[in-house]
Amino acid sequence: MTGLYAVYRRELTAYFQTPLAYVFLAVFAFAAPAFAFHIGRFFDTNRADLAPLFDYLPWLLVILMPALAMRSWAEERDRGTLEFLMALPIPLWASTGGKFLASWTIAALALALTFPMWIAVNYLGSPDNTAIATGYFGALLLAGGYLALGQTLSATTANQVVAFVLGVAACFVLTMAGLPFVLAAIGNGAPAQISEFVADLSALERYNAFRHGVIGLRDIIYFLGLIVASLASAAVLIAERRGGGR
Amino acid sequence: MLVADHLIKDFGTHRAVDDVSFTLERGEVLGFLGPNGAGKTTTMRMLAGCLEPDMGVAKIAGHDCVEDRLQAQSRLGYLPEGAPAYPAMTPRSFVEFGLRARGFSGAALKRARELALERARLGDMANQPIGTLSKGYKRRAALAAAIAHDPAVLVLDEPTDGLDPNQKDGVRQLIRDMAPEKAIIISTHILDEVPAVCSRAIVIDEGRIRFDGTPREMIIKGPDGTIESAFRTLTRTAHNSGMAA
Repeated sequence: MTGLYAVYRRELTAYFQTPLAYVFLAVFAFAAPAFAFHIGRFFDTNRADLAPLFDYLPWLLVILMPALAMRSWAEERDRGTLEFLMALPIPLWASTGGKFLASWTIAALALALTFPMWIAVNYLGSPDNTAIATGYFGALLLAGGYLALGQTLSATTANQVVAFVLGVAACFVLTMAGLPFVLAAIGNGAPAQISEFVADLSALERYNAFRHGVIGLRDIIYFLGLIVASLASAAVLIAERRGGGR
Repeated sequence: MLVADHLIKDFGTHRAVDDVSFTLERGEVLGFLGPNGAGKTTTMRMLAGCLEPDMGVAKIAGHDCVEDRLQAQSRLGYLPEGAPAYPAMTPRSFVEFGLRARGFSGAALKRARELALERARLGDMANQPIGTLSKGYKRRAALAAAIAHDPAVLVLDEPTDGLDPNQKDGVRQLIRDMAPEKAIIISTHILDEVPAVCSRAIVIDEGRIRFDGTPREMIIKGPDGTIESAFRTLTRTAHNSGMAA
């Protein structure tokens, strides 16, 4: 655990040693309410809930989580520091876990910046605070899934821009998989099992369950599975580099 | 203390390291010499556990660098080629990160960190972001991180590259000071460094060892009695025999 803690601490500090964390948090703090107020028409719904925020949050996370995760390994490879890291006596799961937990901490901070909206709806009415709390929990898990996926794709390249584009594409596909028109398109001519499989893959469907105040074990397992599988893939990709292209 | 046993490494169809074997004991400083692309860095990366050999075994203090990597690496200090370091970190925080990853904490961490910064002569630069430092100070920051945990074995890939003459002298003195307690391997293109700090020299070319002996034994291989001519003779012979083959 000392290795994981050391990497976590270094990564978290690194986010704040450059403008990255500040820019990310500022953009999130501005963009999340902007989506809710202008596109979600927060006040026009006449409902005391955070539906306008939670409706658009996945799409914001599709863009911003890969931006946070893109540097994880691509930057290490580009700067040559990967060799320093690989020469430290720490297992790869500790490096990937430390990097992931640091980026997840930033994501949690970003979500916390939308809490003033939660306070506002409580001031304006009587929202279902349990559903809002589970909604935030779901958003945190969704962010974790996207970050882990982004980290895996960051391990495939030394170019952060490529890592970002791949990350956005992968998160977009994972989110889109649950939309009705995608399922309808697949449903035309494809076996029902394939439609069901694609629907099961959808991060959006799982996230929506949390929004409605339901904490399902299957949904938690889905997100934790996505995180663990993605981080394991990242560790395998980095471990492969020890083989030197064998 | 350090064992390279019939190491082989291929990159595609190119054999970068071809059956390299040597051992190194405590108190020895080995100069690892060879032209660019000879296989020095690849060999050092295998010893550091950053690259797995296709065949053969590398061991640090009795621990296999592949099978028992974490134990081997905990006894090793490694300065990679180009001395990479995180530019936003200060040398102090960079050294601290390495120590923390190795399980240091509290007073032991502070003591080891300050001693390493002092030995690498970082002075006031220890608190400047590494990205703002000169090449020489960057290399010293990476060197400080390599020696901070007082490892039994040091693998230093071109530790004096880019340093001014005073800085080079400082690093050589540091290596001499550490030599009695450690097994040290340094790669260098600065041949004068070999008789100055090394008790032994290995010349490698096209992935194979061409010479293994003391610096004095190496010098007499040269037609005019200099280490430069010896180096040219040893590596040119390799090329000529390669062409003849």
